Amino acid sequence: MTILANILVVFFIAAGLVFIVVSAIGLLRLPDLYTRAHAASKSSTLGVMCILLGVFLHFWLIRDHFNPTILLGILFLFITSPVGGHIMSRSSYIAGVKPWSGTVRDDLKPEIERMKKEQKIK
Amino acid sequence: MKINNVILQFTAKIVFFMIFFYAVHIFFAGHYTPGGGFVGGLVTASAIVLLIIAFDLKTVQSILPINYIYLIASGLLLALGTAGIAMFTGKPFFTHFFDYFNLPILGKTSLHTAALFDLGVYLVVVGVTMTIIQTIGEDE
Repeated sequence: MTILANILVVFFIAAGLVFIVVSAIGLLRLPDLYTRAHAASKSSTLGVMCILLGVFLHFWLIRDHFNPTILLGILFLFITSPVGGHIMSRSSYIAGVKPWSGTVRDDLKPEIERMKKEQKIK
Repeated sequence: MKINNVILQFTAKIVFFMIFFYAVHIFFAGHYTPGGGFVGGLVTASAIVLLIIAFDLKTVQSILPINYIYLIASGLLLALGTAGIAMFTGKPFFTHFFDYFNLPILGKTSLHTAALFDLGVYLVVVGVTMTIIQTIGEDE
């Protein structure tokens, strides 16, 4: 049983590590802010959640200590991290950060212009 | 420019309760595990700051109509009272008492007067943090 539990723990922590390394490479390689926000908010969230799940399983199956705080942390990250990415990328769009030159479609631009016209801001 | 903030406000409404109850957990767990009045107070203040960021300062003040100056004063009074109550029984200043009680749901629990002192620290930390942030935030 201990070997199976160890395999599970090692799998989750290694998968989380791979996801975090991938998100760091994405932060370095991607061309503009929005694609970087996509990499940072999606893949690093999954990586940290996998590592926390591995830690939870380690303490539960091997040390025999059920720690619900880690489950609460997983839930909290799952709720808040995409909202943080959304808020940062939208505020940078409103502040005037241009998307990458290869962008083919921009649905937010006419909406922002309509809101500015309604509130009479040039 | 006034924008639509539905996602942030809805998330803040849910996350506020998660942070607040986690702060209560940290506060009560402080006697046997890491935590206590200071960290619990700071986490509670950060939950209220999250509401202030998502909504407005005036809205949050009408939701939580607390004068934080009185919160600081009551926390200091509570800490001084728990420290000074031992002097009436002839013990030295800051002597704490504890005993075991049979509570209805929780069973046999040890209640300690150090928890009341910690509650005073908690109230002072929440009051000081919120006073600093509100007085900076509402300055026009």
